[in-house]
Amino acid sequence: MGGLPAGKVEPTEHDYAEWERRVDALMTLLSGIKGGRKLMTVDELRKNIESIGPEAYDRMTYYERWITSITQTMIQRGIITTEELGRKMAEIQKRG
Amino acid sequence: MVEARYKPGDRVKVRKAYPLGHIRTPFYIRGHAGVVERLCGAFGNPEELAQQRSGEPKQPLYRVRFLQREVWPDYRGNPEDVVEIEIFQHWLE
Repeated sequence: MGGLPAGKVEPTEHDYAEWERRVDALMTLLSGIKGGRKLMTVDELRKNIESIGPEAYDRMTYYERWITSITQTMIQRGIITTEELGRKMAEIQKRG
Repeated sequence: MVEARYKPGDRVKVRKAYPLGHIRTPFYIRGHAGVVERLCGAFGNPEELAQQRSGEPKQPLYRVRFLQREVWPDYRGNPEDVVEIEIFQHWLE
């Protein structure tokens, strides 16, 4: 990563989970490349992935990094508030 | 659009700078010299696009070729091996 010393790269194949497909679709829609409002750029996606702490970054999977970054971008742009996000998360958790 | 200053074959050096923000120029290549392989076109500046700004004017983007052995001091592969990196014009001098 970024020219830092690291171990061997082990490529693996896996099928995408439904939530991973949704995260990908979410990014396409928010980018406005299919029409509609452009609510974020791929550069913001990258910027906010870079700002994930190294420990959390290593722990997360590819699309976990994406949804973390997308969420952060939506908060930065004022599309959603932390308050709304917290309440919605609690509501969904209650569904079990 | 910013006018392209370099053409294929030109020798260029990557600026050795470490500003904050979202930078596409990898750390490991800053300060190294290479040769322009091609002009890829002109694109919105990602450093600006990452901060909710327009990214205009578009910046020329080049594919630059570097010798692996000059980038990595302990490189043991073929001495002619290269690494090609796409770099925006404002990072070249």
